[in-house]
Amino acid sequence: MKLAELGVSVDLLSLTPVKRSHSVCAQGGINSCNDQTRQLGDDEWKHLDDTVYGGDFLNHQPPVKEMAYWAPKVIELMDRLGVPFNRTGEGFIDRRRFGGTLYKRTAFAGATTGQQLLYALDEQVRRREVEGLVKKYEFWDFLKPIQDETGRCRGVVAQDMVSMEIRAFPADAVVVATGGNGLLFGKSTMSVFCTGSAASRCFQSGAKLGNAEFIQVHPTAIPGADKLRLMSESARGEGGRVWVPKKPHDPRAPREIPNDDRYYFLEERYPKYGNLVPRDIATREIFDICVNEGLSVESDRMSVYLDLTHIPKAELDRKLGGILEIYEKFQGVDPRFEPMKIFPAVHYSMGGLWADYVKAADGGLLPGAPKNQMTSIEGLYAIGECDYHYHGANRLGANSLLSCIFSGLFIGPSIVNYASNQKGGHAEVLSSVIDQSVAGEKQRHQSLLAGTGGDENPYLIHQELGDVMTRAATVVRRNDQLQEAIDHVSELHERAMKVSLSDGGNWTNQNVLFAKAVQDMFPFAKSLLHGALLRDECRGAHYKPAFEKPSLTSEDPVERRRQAEEWCDEFEANNRRFLKSTIATWNTDSNQPDITYEDVDTSLIPPRPRLYGLVGAEVIEEVWKERAAAKASGKQLAASNS
Amino acid sequence: MIAPVPMKKNARTQFRVRVLRQDGPGKESYWELFDIDYEREMNVISVLQKIAAKATNADGKKVAPVAWDCGCLEEVCGSCTMVINGRVRQSCSALVDQLLNDNPDEIVLEPMTKFPVIRDLMVDRQRLFRALQRVKAWVPVDSYYNMGPGERQPRDDQEQNYPLSQCMSCGCCLEACPQYNKIELTKEAGETDEQFEERKLAAYDTSFVGAHAISQVMLHNRNPTGKSLAGERLDALMGPGGVSTCGNAQNCVSVCPKEIPLTTSIARAGRATTVAAIKKWFEK
Repeated sequence: MKLAELGVSVDLLSLTPVKRSHSVCAQGGINSCNDQTRQLGDDEWKHLDDTVYGGDFLNHQPPVKEMAYWAPKVIELMDRLGVPFNRTGEGFIDRRRFGGTLYKRTAFAGATTGQQLLYALDEQVRRREVEGLVKKYEFWDFLKPIQDETGRCRGVVAQDMVSMEIRAFPADAVVVATGGNGLLFGKSTMSVFCTGSAASRCFQSGAKLGNAEFIQVHPTAIPGADKLRLMSESARGEGGRVWVPKKPHDPRAPREIPNDDRYYFLEERYPKYGNLVPRDIATREIFDICVNEGLSVESDRMSVYLDLTHIPKAELDRKLGGILEIYEKFQGVDPRFEPMKIFPAVHYSMGGLWADYVKAADGGLLPGAPKNQMTSIEGLYAIGECDYHYHGANRLGANSLLSCIFSGLFIGPSIVNYASNQKGGHAEVLSSVIDQSVAGEKQRHQSLLAGTGGDENPYLIHQELGDVMTRAATVVRRNDQLQEAIDHVSELHERAMKVSLSDGGNWTNQNVLFAKAVQDMFPFAKSLLHGALLRDECRGAHYKPAFEKPSLTSEDPVERRRQAEEWCDEFEANNRRFLKSTIATWNTDSNQPDITYEDVDTSLIPPRPRLYGLVGAEVIEEVWKERAAAKASGKQLAASNS
Repeated sequence: MIAPVPMKKNARTQFRVRVLRQDGPGKESYWELFDIDYEREMNVISVLQKIAAKATNADGKKVAPVAWDCGCLEEVCGSCTMVINGRVRQSCSALVDQLLNDNPDEIVLEPMTKFPVIRDLMVDRQRLFRALQRVKAWVPVDSYYNMGPGERQPRDDQEQNYPLSQCMSCGCCLEACPQYNKIELTKEAGETDEQFEERKLAAYDTSFVGAHAISQVMLHNRNPTGKSLAGERLDALMGPGGVSTCGNAQNCVSVCPKEIPLTTSIARAGRATTVAAIKKWFEK
């Protein structure tokens, strides 16, 4: 819609009517500092700080800075577009608090904020469609980017999911905004089309991946047979409390368990943030309570209570109605009167297609620079969840709706500037280039229909992949298990290439489309596993107990101080080694990714230890502050000498 | 308190699903039976996933998987509408245990009848989205540049608008509506794709617009900026296939999975169009 406003005509390809895209599932809200938080000491810089601290400093800071400074403007625009944000008594946009911050930054529309934001944008696209600048191709599957002899992206090949027609869409520039890859894990909180196949097809065409190993596991989801349904962080933002009975599998109904017999483990372990610690931490604690402490609510599966029953029903209905209805509908229990049973689930891909940016003198991004959000394939852009650089090692709640709207709005002019400086546009793509790309995809399609000679079932392969990935690469990661998973996944990959279809027809054949998506999950899955195996540290969502930095043990102040110094030395040494983006490039010869590392731009806010809940945190913080101050004065000295 | 009777383990190991299938537009439809292994907490989506993985009917014959549309699986995307045991609804929130409680013999799945079938349970809902274009369901802002905040809005307004804005274009209200009739055109010999598309849209634009679109008119006519198009939206509702087509059966509101007050919107739209018509008459 931004491109249409700039007078560019756009072909919009989507697997599903765009109104049904996965963003509808985003519940909680969208962050920005605002008039109220400003008066409590908040500003855009603090939003940037919270985001990179929450992301364990793996975020690239210039794009995050730009995003934080745009955030209030993004929300104002969405308000003008008609999003029914919840209102205060005086008619201002109401805000709630989300994880990883101490300010109420989050604007929300009930508990279906993503749906409401998406609808407002969808309406604008429909308006542009009527005006004639946008042409929608819904139920089309993106198959691959078309690249000319220089490697530049000149359009895409796509397939009509109804008629199965495969054809080319030549273009001046291409944007992929295809979301995450939760289906690598079988079941997740994501929609059925979040296979990551579009991003994987770009990856296999030469685009680099960044930080593929960083996957957010959301602490609170409703277990289900077909899907793990999200229970928004806003449930905790509005006062929801997480607890388990102190006695394992206490048979009493939850409301009959008195306060003394309840263990509010997040509040006890993290007095400052309580139930609103960042997601990676909440997830690990829930996992720990069930797996290591054996305190799961149920004996035959793992879950903890998320309790809203102390909040008045009217308030719950007004602020959380949408998500409470989901629980009620799918579990048959009313969460207004009975605590919900929840458990973590794969939720968001922090990593994704590597994307570039141009830094401005103020530390943010240079508006209109053609390289902003461009992948390593010239002319191919990636925005939203399928890019990699905004959320670092862990995304803060209500920052994803912000990053996807921001990146889309911001790069409109960048794309126009890129396209207008090219010699050849969509009309000048050589027909030989187009024909070759289309022929390749037609051949892949036909050979799958004709039969690969094998008898593998794509649905069962997908289930097995999901099991392996969930066991080895979610909350807790161990090198022996990761290595095992790589071997297993490599074997599955080979089997996936020998699928036998139960539908050989050429009309609305969902079987063949799914088989292709499953095959294309493997390059992504392998990059994720290799990245995780090589990253011997704990950072954000990536948690390897074997490399966890211990709490301080000494009670003696002098020894404790020495331990803190040592802790900080190790922290710095570890950052020198691992404060880097993992870059994967697909190697078609080995059928595995090649992994390299790239520096992260941390020029605005120097990395500091993330100390939520660590014993001895105050001493470490003291030592760290002294070091930071010494470094800063050293820099000043160097500057005045030069 | 009386403890609920525990479910007998292995009380049910399998259940039967009857699907109305159709291989493509214009083809004959036919019933096919499937036996599904029972698991706890299943919904119709997981049933269809099992059918896809097994691709074998109740006679043990290999068959192509049943085609259907789905997305979020948590009843916010509107994709997976179908007719289940005779009632139109979202298949993700249709829980197997409840369906078997109502009818232990079988679960019956049929495509919606008001839209052309593409294949099996998949239908073409283009007409539904076309209606949103027809009533200009958007806020005509000047630009997407930063122009400061929108108007302050009373909490009451938000609380009235938000339910209307939750419409996910699933089509349940249209399936249940006696005035909404199926339009299924086929391309004629010698007709280009563009000509066919034009003819199809013209047919859509003169037929009943549907409860969902009427409700969107009322939503956008309440928006401080959106109301600048109020007249045009009401014009659209006064033309053929507009609000007067509604026969007041009130089926729409009873099947809406989001419990949107559709009949309230229709009543308000009826009054608003009457007032607009009288005004126009005076201005002549």
